[in-house]
Amino acid sequence: MRDCRIRDLGLIEYQDAYEIQKEYAAKVADGHPDTLLFCEHPTVLTLGRMTKKDSILWSSQELEKNNVQVLPIDRGGDVTLHAPGQLVVYSIFDLNYHGKNLHEYLRNLEQVGIALLDGFDIVANRHPEQTGVWIKHKKIMSIGIGVRKWVSYHGIGLNVNTDLDYFSMIRPCGLNVTMTSMAKIKGEPVSMDEVKEKLISVFSQIFELKII
Amino acid sequence: MGKITLPELGEGITKATVACWHVKTGDAVKKDDDLVELVTDKATFNVPADGDGTVKEIYVEEGKEADVGSVLAVIE
Repeated sequence: MRDCRIRDLGLIEYQDAYEIQKEYAAKVADGHPDTLLFCEHPTVLTLGRMTKKDSILWSSQELEKNNVQVLPIDRGGDVTLHAPGQLVVYSIFDLNYHGKNLHEYLRNLEQVGIALLDGFDIVANRHPEQTGVWIKHKKIMSIGIGVRKWVSYHGIGLNVNTDLDYFSMIRPCGLNVTMTSMAKIKGEPVSMDEVKEKLISVFSQIFELKII
Repeated sequence: MGKITLPELGEGITKATVACWHVKTGDAVKKDDDLVELVTDKATFNVPADGDGTVKEIYVEEGKEADVGSVLAVIE
């Protein structure tokens, strides 16, 4: 079992959370416990290293008019949208203790999403080719990670109560996919606190963590 | 120090793309400094220096793909 601490940052600007991630990643690389950061972001588009030119569908004028920031960042993957109602979890883990295997780490993050949704009686799956968590052909959770000194950062974005209209701005992950949310599937808003509580338990089971 | 190779990143990952170099030929580097950021489908991975030295040569340009085990740079 590996010790893990939880920090809930609440609603926080993307860049402020990024600075906090970097601080924790440096600490974890120095031997501190693994860390899970929970947060939500005001509407923002982040561009991963694999972003294709045509992944943003809105013009820069439309984005500006609607106060949507666009930030190039150092994670894998294509464009991602974050908005209130989407639970973002930054999993800052020393992968030396979790297999030192990026493929396995990504699959384990998917398993976290699948197990969490199962706890809400939602059946979710992997896609044979696309990283993430899916409900039939719709995507509910996106994954993008960065690794430095075998310490992971970035993580997952789970649509809990996200306003799905926002996704019309982009081709999520550069794909022509439709996004969905837990609220959309349940037909009513889902308690974010309950999702967080269950996520902690699922993370601790899958990654063999002792929450401190 | 010596050859910096593209490390094993996990099963099924045979290649990665060089996203950006944090150093250039002639730069002095210290152990654990980030040398190069690699990118696979959903992950970025920073390769650190394994000791102090000087960047002698860079073999894979930004934007180019390389196989696991191939030499990315030489540090002396």
